[in-house]
Amino acid sequence: MARKALLISPERCIGCRGCQTACKEWNHLPGTKTVNRGTVENPPDLTPYLYNRIRYIETATEADMVRWLFVSQRCMHCGDAGCIKICPAPGALFRTKEGAVAFNKEKCIGCKLCVAGCPFDVPRYDDKDKISKCHLCYDRTSEGLLPACAKTCPTGAIRYGERDALIGMAKKEGYGKVYGEADLDGLGALYAFIDPPKLYGMSEKPAIPESVVFWHKVLKPLAYIGLGGAVAAAVLHYVAFGPKKDEEVKKDE
Amino acid sequence: MNVSRRNFLKLSGGSLLLSSLSIDLAPARSYAQTLRIKNAKESSTICPYCSVGCGIIVHASDGKVINAEGDPDHPISEGTLCSKGASLFQIINNPTRVMKPRYRAPGAGEWQEVEWDWALDEIAKRVKQTRDKTFKISTKSKVKGKGPDGKEVEAEKEFVVNRTDGIAHVGSAALDNEECYMLQKLLRSWGLVYIEHQARI
Amino acid sequence: MTNHWIDIKNADVILVMGANPAENHPISMKWIARARENGAKFIVVDPRFTRTAAKADVYAPMRSGTDIAFLGGMIKHILDNNLYFRQYVSEYTNATFLVNPEFKGPWQLDGLFSGYDEKGRKYDKKTWSFQTDENGLPKKDPSMKDPNCVFQLLRKQYARYTLDKVSDITGTPKEKLLEIYGLYASTGKPNRSGTELYAMGWTQHTIGTQNIRAMCIIQLLLGNIGIAGGGINALRGESNVQGSTDHGLLFNILPGYLPAPTATIPDLKTYNEKFTPKTKNPKSVNWWGNRPKYITSYLKAIYGTKATKDNDFGYAWLPKLDEGMNCSWLMLFDQMFKGKFEGFFAWGQNPACSGANANKVRKALAKLKWMVNVNLFDNETGSFWKGPGMNPKDIQTEVFFLPACSSVEKEGSITNSGRLAQWRTAAIEPMGQSKPDSDIMNELYFRVRRLYQKQGGKTPAPILNLTWDYGEKGPDGKVRKVDIHRVAEEINGSYLEDIFDSKATPPKQLGKRGTLCTNFVTLQADGTTSCGNWIFSGSYTQKDGKKTNMMSRRGKNDPTGLGLFSGWAWAWPVNRRIIYNRASVDPQGRPWDSKRAVIKWNPTKPDPNTKKPGVWEGDVPDGPAPPMAMEGGKYPFIMMATGMGGIFGPGLAEGPFPEHYEALECPLQENLMSKQRINPTIKLFYDKSSGAAEDVYYSCDVRYPFVATTYRVSEHWQTGVLTRHEPWQLEMQPQMFIEMSKELAKEKGIKDGDKVIVSSGRGKLWAIAIVTERFKPFRVANSTIHQVGMPWCFGWQYPEDGSSGDSSNLLTPTIGDANTMIPESKAFMVNVEKA
Repeated sequence: MARKALLISPERCIGCRGCQTACKEWNHLPGTKTVNRGTVENPPDLTPYLYNRIRYIETATEADMVRWLFVSQRCMHCGDAGCIKICPAPGALFRTKEGAVAFNKEKCIGCKLCVAGCPFDVPRYDDKDKISKCHLCYDRTSEGLLPACAKTCPTGAIRYGERDALIGMAKKEGYGKVYGEADLDGLGALYAFIDPPKLYGMSEKPAIPESVVFWHKVLKPLAYIGLGGAVAAAVLHYVAFGPKKDEEVKKDE
Repeated sequence: MNVSRRNFLKLSGGSLLLSSLSIDLAPARSYAQTLRIKNAKESSTICPYCSVGCGIIVHASDGKVINAEGDPDHPISEGTLCSKGASLFQIINNPTRVMKPRYRAPGAGEWQEVEWDWALDEIAKRVKQTRDKTFKISTKSKVKGKGPDGKEVEAEKEFVVNRTDGIAHVGSAALDNEECYMLQKLLRSWGLVYIEHQARI
Repeated sequence: MTNHWIDIKNADVILVMGANPAENHPISMKWIARARENGAKFIVVDPRFTRTAAKADVYAPMRSGTDIAFLGGMIKHILDNNLYFRQYVSEYTNATFLVNPEFKGPWQLDGLFSGYDEKGRKYDKKTWSFQTDENGLPKKDPSMKDPNCVFQLLRKQYARYTLDKVSDITGTPKEKLLEIYGLYASTGKPNRSGTELYAMGWTQHTIGTQNIRAMCIIQLLLGNIGIAGGGINALRGESNVQGSTDHGLLFNILPGYLPAPTATIPDLKTYNEKFTPKTKNPKSVNWWGNRPKYITSYLKAIYGTKATKDNDFGYAWLPKLDEGMNCSWLMLFDQMFKGKFEGFFAWGQNPACSGANANKVRKALAKLKWMVNVNLFDNETGSFWKGPGMNPKDIQTEVFFLPACSSVEKEGSITNSGRLAQWRTAAIEPMGQSKPDSDIMNELYFRVRRLYQKQGGKTPAPILNLTWDYGEKGPDGKVRKVDIHRVAEEINGSYLEDIFDSKATPPKQLGKRGTLCTNFVTLQADGTTSCGNWIFSGSYTQKDGKKTNMMSRRGKNDPTGLGLFSGWAWAWPVNRRIIYNRASVDPQGRPWDSKRAVIKWNPTKPDPNTKKPGVWEGDVPDGPAPPMAMEGGKYPFIMMATGMGGIFGPGLAEGPFPEHYEALECPLQENLMSKQRINPTIKLFYDKSSGAAEDVYYSCDVRYPFVATTYRVSEHWQTGVLTRHEPWQLEMQPQMFIEMSKELAKEKGIKDGDKVIVSSGRGKLWAIAIVTERFKPFRVANSTIHQVGMPWCFGWQYPEDGSSGDSSNLLTPTIGDANTMIPESKAFMVNVEKA
C-alpha cells in the first residue's frame, strides 16, 4: 500500500480548532483544567489527552502589519521513527500499513524511552503510564475513513491521502519545498510553509538523537537477546540519562 | 512551552553515526482497536450551534450516542465541522445536564428536585393566576377622527386588547421551527405580548 | 441572507465587516476559501485583527461604531469615479425617483433630516416622500440628473464623506480606505460580483439598521443584489434564529412577518387596509398585496373551525399592543426592573448573561414572583438568586427549572441563515427525565386550558379556541406526545375547501379539500385555507395523496454548478435559494453574467403550466412573470410596492440615507461629521432628569477612557451555557479575557496574562489580559484612542468554582438601535486597571 500522510497548510488554517476537538471526540480524550495565560492557545502543550493542538503564532511584520499563524502540532509519523527505534517493548509502537506510527497501550511498558527517541517531543504518558499520542486514527483509516482531524477541517488545512500525491499537490499549489518531504525518511505529517520552518516553531533539520541511534543499533538487539524489555529499558535509561526524577515525570502529566 | 521536554533527555556531543540499518520490531498489523461505529445506528441531524446549518451524523448504539461527526453528503459542510460542531457528543453525554425538574422556593438557598407533574401543575396555576390578575380586556387609545365640524380631532377611545401584561417571555432561537410556531401560538393564546428572543440581542 | 452559504464561492470580492466568520461561523470559511481559490479577493474590516482577518487579502482596522463613515466614503468613491452599474441603478432601483422638494438632508441641516422633533426625539417623515403622478406612482428622471432625484441627493449626502474626514473618524489609514474602496467597487461591472457578510458587529449599534442600509445602497449601486456571489448576508448567531424570527417569536411580528396587531386596529378589515400596500403599476408585483390571504390563513390555523367569517376569524382573540407600545428586549427588562411582571419564562435563553447591562437584568429577575427556566443545563438566569451580590433569603422569586432534551433526542426542522429549513431526526430517546420542548409546551397548554375549562377566568376564549391537534389524545383529552410532523403540516397549511382559480376559464382547481397546500400562491383570504406561516408554505406538501417533508430531502444535484442544491432540504420562499434573483438578469431576461446565471429566460421552451413558450430556468425565480421588458413583465424587487431596490429608504427612524453618528458612549466630544453627536432618534433610558442609576452612561469621561467591544469565540456559543459545560471547549477557552494593544498595556503597566479589572458605568469584572499586536491604537481626530475587546461567553454559575469569570454584558449600556432596539454592545466606554 502506498504510504499515506497528512498535508498541513497553515495558510489555509483558520484556527477554529475543529481538528483539536474532533480528535478528542473520536479518541474519547477528556478535557483538562486549564487557565488563560494571555493567549487563546490552550492547552499550552501536547498532553496524554491532547494528540493534536493548534499553536497560535503572532508575528509583527515590518510594515506594521501583524500576521497570525495557526499550526497543527502533533506526531509527525516519521518514516525513520526514533520512537519505534528505541522502544524496547515489541508491538507497543508500530507502523501501520498506511505508514502511520501507532501504539498499543497493552504492550507499552511505560519506560518513556520513546520520549528520548522523538525529534519532535511528541510522546506523552497517560495516568496509567502508557504511551499516548496521535496515531493518525488508524482504526478509521484502516476502514477507509479519514482521520478525525482531516475529516473535520473546514478549509482543507489538514488533508489526508497518499503521501506522494500530497507532495505533488503542495508543489502544484506553489510551495517549492514541503516540510518533511525528505527528513527522517520522510515525515507522515507534511507541512506547506511559505516561510522558513522556524517561524512556525519547527526545527530546520529534525533528527533522531544520536543516543537513540546508538541504542537502536547496538544495545537494543543485545537487550532482546539477554534481557526483558523492561529491564533493558531501565538499564539503558540509567546509562544514558541517570536516575529517573519524579518531578520530570510529573511535569509531563 | 519554552523548554522542550526532550532537551534534557538529549545526549550531548558524540558522533555515533552508524549506517541506517533499520530493524523495525513493530508487527506488520496488530490493530488493537476495531471501528467502534461499525454497527451503530446512523441518523442525520443539523448542528445546534451557529446558523451555517452543518450536517452531522449521529451514531447510536443501545440507545446511547457513541459518536457524532460531520455528514459527508451535506452540501454546505461536506463532512467538516468546527470545534463546537465536533463536540456535539459532549452536549448529549454530559454529567452536568439537568435530568429532573427542579424547584427553588421563595427565599430558599438551594434547588430541590421535583416531579414533572407537580412542576407543570404549579406553573399552570401561576400562569392562570397572573393572567387573571393582569389581563386587560381593553385599553384607551387616542385616535384621530373627524369632529362634527369636519375638522380633524384627536379623541380617546376604548379598544379591545385582550392581553396579559403580567407575564413576559424570552426564547428561543435554539428551538425547532415547529416548536417556535407552537410556542408563539401558546403564548399569544395566554395573551402575552412581551415575547422576545435572541434575534433582538 | 439574500443569498446562501455555498453561494459565497461565486463571489469575486468578499467583504467581511461586522462579522468574524472564522470564529463564529467557521464552516463559511470553506466557501470563502473556495472563492479565493478561484481568484476572489477577501477584505476584512474590523477593529481587531481576528482569525478571519488572518486569512484576508486586505485587512483594515476601524474604530468601533464608525461603519457608516467608512461605507459613506465608499459610496462617495463609487459615485465620484462612476463605478456604479448604470443600467441596474437606473432600471432596478429608486435612484431615478424624484423626491419631495421640501425634503432636506444632513448636508443642509447639520446632521439632521427635515421634520425633526427634538422633544419627541423623532421625525415627522412627511417630506421623506416621492413626487407622484396622477396615478400615485413616483415621478422619475431616467437621466438621474434632476437635482431632486434620489441619485443626486445621494451624491449630496455623501459629498461630505471625504477621505480625510472618513479617516479622521474611523481611524482607518487613508491608503487602506482607498485600496478597499477600489477593490470592492470593482464589482460594479456586470461580470463581477461582490458579497458582504455581517453579523452582530453591525446590528449591535445605535445605528445598526443604518449600517446595513449603507451597505444595501452600495450593493444596489454595484448591481450586487440578486446575483450569484452577491447579496447582503446576515450571518446569524443561532442555529434557528432565522426560524424563530420567521415564526414570530417577537413582540412585533406574527409568523411570516405579519405585523402584530395594535389596539386601534379593531378588526381584520382595518388590519388589512393598514398593512396591505397598493400600487397601480402593473409591472409591480407588490407581494405584500397578498397580506389578507396570509393573516386569514394564520387565524384559521390557530383557531381552526372556531375562526369564522362572522367572528372576523377570531381576530379579536389575538392580543393587541397599545399604539407605540414597545415590548422589545430592553423595554421588557426595563419593565421587569420596574416590577411590572409577576411571571417570566426564560426558555432556552440566558438573559442574565446575554442581556445588555446584565446587572440590571439580574436585579430585574429578583422582582419576579415566579420564573420558569427551560434548558439543558442550569444557568445564570435560573440560579440568579444565588449569584454574585444576591442574598437568597431576600429573594422571593420562585423558580421552576424544566429540563429539555437535546436536539438529537427529538425531531423537527431548523432554518439556517440561507433560509434553508433542514430536518433533524432523532438519534435516541430523551435522556433521563428530559423532554422535547414541544412536549413541555403541550403539557403547559393542556394544564392551563384545563384550569380555564374547570374554573373559568378572564376571557378564556383565546385559550379554549386554540387548535392543538398534534397527536393521539389520552382519556383526559391531552395529546400524549406531540407528533411534530402534524405541527409542520399546520405550518405548511392545508385546503379547507376545494380551491379554484376563478380567473381561469373554466375555473382551474388549485387545491383539493383536506390536502396540504402546494405553496402560498394558492392561499385564500376567505377562510378556505389554513396556513400557520405562509413563508413556509411548500415545506411539507402532498402530491397524489402522498405527503412529502420537503425539509428532509437529501438531493445532491447541482446542475448550475452555482451550489444551489435545490433538491437538498427546502428554502423559503418556495425553495428559492437566491432572493431578488430577477435582478440578476437584464430587462430581457438575459443574465448579467452568463457564467453565473442564477436564472435565465428561455423564450422558446414551453411553460409546463401554461404550455405557452417562455420559461425561467435555474433557481426558482421571484415570480413566474416574464422578464421586465416583455409583455406582462415585472420589476425585480417584488416585496417593495414600487418594485425597485430602495436607495432612498424612507421607512427607517433616523432618515432615508444613513448618516454617521457616534455611539451613545464614545471617546469624542463631538461628531466630526455634524453637530448631532448621537443618533437623534434613539430612546434614551437615562438622562439628567430621569432614569434608573443602573442605566447611566458616560461619554468622553476620563474615568472610562477606552472604547470597548464584545464578541464571541470559536470555542463557545453565546453565553456559553452549552459550551462551558463541554470540557473540550472549556479546555481551549477557560477564562474571561480582554484583548488590548501593546501600547495600552504599556501605558497601564499590564503584562500578558495579568489579571485586570474592567469597569464601565454599569459594572465591573475581572479578565485575563491578552496583550497583542492584533489591536492597535487608533489615530482619531488628532488623538490616540485605544480600543479593547472582550468575549461574553462566560458566567459565574459554571464552572462552579467561578474560574471562568463573568459576562462582559455586565459592562454594556442600556441603549438600542432606533429601529430594532438591538442593544449597542459593540461600542461603549470602559476603564482597565491591573488587578
